Amino acid sequence: MNCNSCNDENIGKRKRRRGKNHCTFENLEPISNGLKPIKIALAGQPNVGKSMLINALSGKNEVKVGNFSGVTVEKLEVCFEHHCHLLDLIDLPGTYSIEGFTEEEKVAKEFLLNEDYDLILNVVDSTNLQRNLLLTLELLELNKKMVVALNMSDEAQKDGINIDDKLLSKLLGVEVVKVSAKSKQGIEELLDMLHKIADSKNRASSKITYSEPIEEELIKIEEFLNERNFKYKDLTNREVAIALLFEDEKLYKNLHENPIMIELYPLIVEAREHLYTHYDTKDIKEIKQAEHTAIARGLTKEVLKTKSKPKSLTLTQKIDSILMHKYFGIPIFLFFMWALFQLTFEFGAMPMEYIDRAISAFGDFVGSYIQNDNLRSLIVDGIISGVGAVLLFLPNIIILYLGIALLETTGYMSRVAFILDGFFHKFGLHGKSFIPLVTGFGCTVPAYMATRTLKSKKDRLITLFILGFMSCGARLPIYVLFTGAFFSEKIAGNILFLIYISGALLGLIMAKLLRVFVFKGEDEPFVMELPRYRLPSLKLLWHTIYSKTIGYLKKAGTFILAASMLIWFASNYPKDSQLEKSYLKKIEMAKSKDEALKLERELKAKELEHSYLGIIGKATEPFFKPIGFDWRLTVSLEAGLSAKEVVVSTLGVLYSVGEADENSDTLKEILRKNINLATALSFIVFVMIYLPCFAASSVFVKEAGGFKYLVYLFIFTTITAWSLSFITYNIVKLW
Amino acid sequence: MNLSQLKKGQKAIVKSVNGTKEMKQRLLSFGLTKGSEVELVDCSLTKSNIKIMVDTTLLALRREEAQNIEIEVI
Repeated sequence: MNCNSCNDENIGKRKRRRGKNHCTFENLEPISNGLKPIKIALAGQPNVGKSMLINALSGKNEVKVGNFSGVTVEKLEVCFEHHCHLLDLIDLPGTYSIEGFTEEEKVAKEFLLNEDYDLILNVVDSTNLQRNLLLTLELLELNKKMVVALNMSDEAQKDGINIDDKLLSKLLGVEVVKVSAKSKQGIEELLDMLHKIADSKNRASSKITYSEPIEEELIKIEEFLNERNFKYKDLTNREVAIALLFEDEKLYKNLHENPIMIELYPLIVEAREHLYTHYDTKDIKEIKQAEHTAIARGLTKEVLKTKSKPKSLTLTQKIDSILMHKYFGIPIFLFFMWALFQLTFEFGAMPMEYIDRAISAFGDFVGSYIQNDNLRSLIVDGIISGVGAVLLFLPNIIILYLGIALLETTGYMSRVAFILDGFFHKFGLHGKSFIPLVTGFGCTVPAYMATRTLKSKKDRLITLFILGFMSCGARLPIYVLFTGAFFSEKIAGNILFLIYISGALLGLIMAKLLRVFVFKGEDEPFVMELPRYRLPSLKLLWHTIYSKTIGYLKKAGTFILAASMLIWFASNYPKDSQLEKSYLKKIEMAKSKDEALKLERELKAKELEHSYLGIIGKATEPFFKPIGFDWRLTVSLEAGLSAKEVVVSTLGVLYSVGEADENSDTLKEILRKNINLATALSFIVFVMIYLPCFAASSVFVKEAGGFKYLVYLFIFTTITAWSLSFITYNIVKLW
Repeated sequence: MNLSQLKKGQKAIVKSVNGTKEMKQRLLSFGLTKGSEVELVDCSLTKSNIKIMVDTTLLALRREEAQNIEIEVI
């Protein structure tokens, strides 16, 4: 059993949640007795709603859904029980054809051909039947149990498209079920059908008839096999004949030592020769595909009844005439991006004040109950300021993710790829690079994975190298903190937009340089589907935001919490008792309260300097001095290599320790007092460019294909970051 | 005549698709092959990219790729 989520504990949880479930633990027992879950591979073209269908089938909301090619990069697995039997759904990346073109499509192909599963659930977009059937026909030739789900059937109906599912089922030879993942129509029927097919002893064979010349050859081969009483696994001889004629590599591999092959070869060669002359090509795959195209056309003609041009298509073209307008397309896109960052700042700032005050008050409140000085310092200065500094930016993060989710799910992303391709191409990038680049504004990790939609290795590497320049959501808190501290509220949103745009522009320039000097070579062709516009359901948006928020909070509660404690420890130890004693004496002898306060602060600062963190910061300070950073900023940047949120939490800890007596000050105010504008801008520039976090870096190694690339990336980003910060610092200082 | 020479709103039948095997395969999986009906819907500002409709699918292509698709206007 390979399903990770199908363990006893999870089953128990689900059952407790579903009160009315008629299953009992006894009923579920057989699983542990060796009855395997039904393993279902979901295959379909991109944008057919596979992920959404998984949500509907399982009742869970874990799979991300998007309306552009390449949301499901890795294959995903969801496990749940239905009628007392476990179903294990594997969501494969959308693929237009089984002959994988891009990396992610190859994932689907690999799985379908080589993995063990019980049946294929082929998800088909009812509004785009003909093209979807091309994949269905390829899947049929895999000779596996299969169910076809005609998804988005409600949308098709509204469009005036009527598909005769019974007839289609008869023509294909496999079961066809109409469903709508959105409105949950037909979901129960589909589940029942999956059960029925999985349980059935016999596998239904494809009923597809090929054109005359091919059928003739197939019959010859089949008859020969019948004469010899040939039997291969559960395949009928017709299925074997099809596989042999169309060069099924796997079958050849398995049969090549079978004596019958000696007699079969001349038969197949002759059959192929006939087809080559008839179709005027020497490529059997091409013949097969031409055949598929013709069959799909024929099938569509028979089962599909449309009144007129689909309404949704007309609407899509109307929207396109505005959003993809020759002159306004790019300005409209830029406006959307600008609006997103404005909203991020404006709306995000509203609750911030309250959260900030609440965290401060909470710290004071908790602090007043703790007697032990060290413990109080750990909890208030370490944990609460560290985690609090990160929590503060939750509203901003939510808005940013909402914006990106909207871009992804409506279908607008691919339009932008189209609009920008001409421009991107000049910079040595592919229009499709835009998709990972925008995803990069959310989080660099999925963005690195999304580069798999690019076919050429060089295009991928260039995109991977510049992706870090698209500032991720975790860097947003740093920007919001610094722009909030150094710019008036009115222009802070614009500054934020400027930061993101200049990061993106820098990425483009670097892409050009990389293309010209490092990754020279052929361009990848640009062919992509522009899916119809779809309004994402509120539920879907809600779940995207919800899961992101939970993820962010989890990170704050675990990783950031631990990092804050570590930073606190490193900034408080080792304690120099000698120094402390001498200062305590001086403070006691101080004449006025002011003087005592001053001495106390001096002590804190000295202690910090001698702490582990101080030592590390001091050691690396010379390197950062020319760009205006003191050791505190230096340390926070270094800590930020673990996760970018840590930069803010580290600053929170470092500056609150230094000014423990003024804890009514917010971090923003403290920064303004300690840092000048030149340093602040230089810091922003550095954060914008330097190496992404640890998690992203490890994904980078995997996607780029080697550790050496990370070394290159480190050198590349560090030099760029340092030089540009140096320039920024010196220009602003002069000015 | 090839696809890049088609005017906006014009429809055509594909006569042949040239280019690399992979490219042909890709276009085919979108339903664009010999005998398909295509319509040029729009092109980008610099004419470097075109938008076409094949059956009910909207496709975006670069001009270079379109030049490999021989057509006949209908």
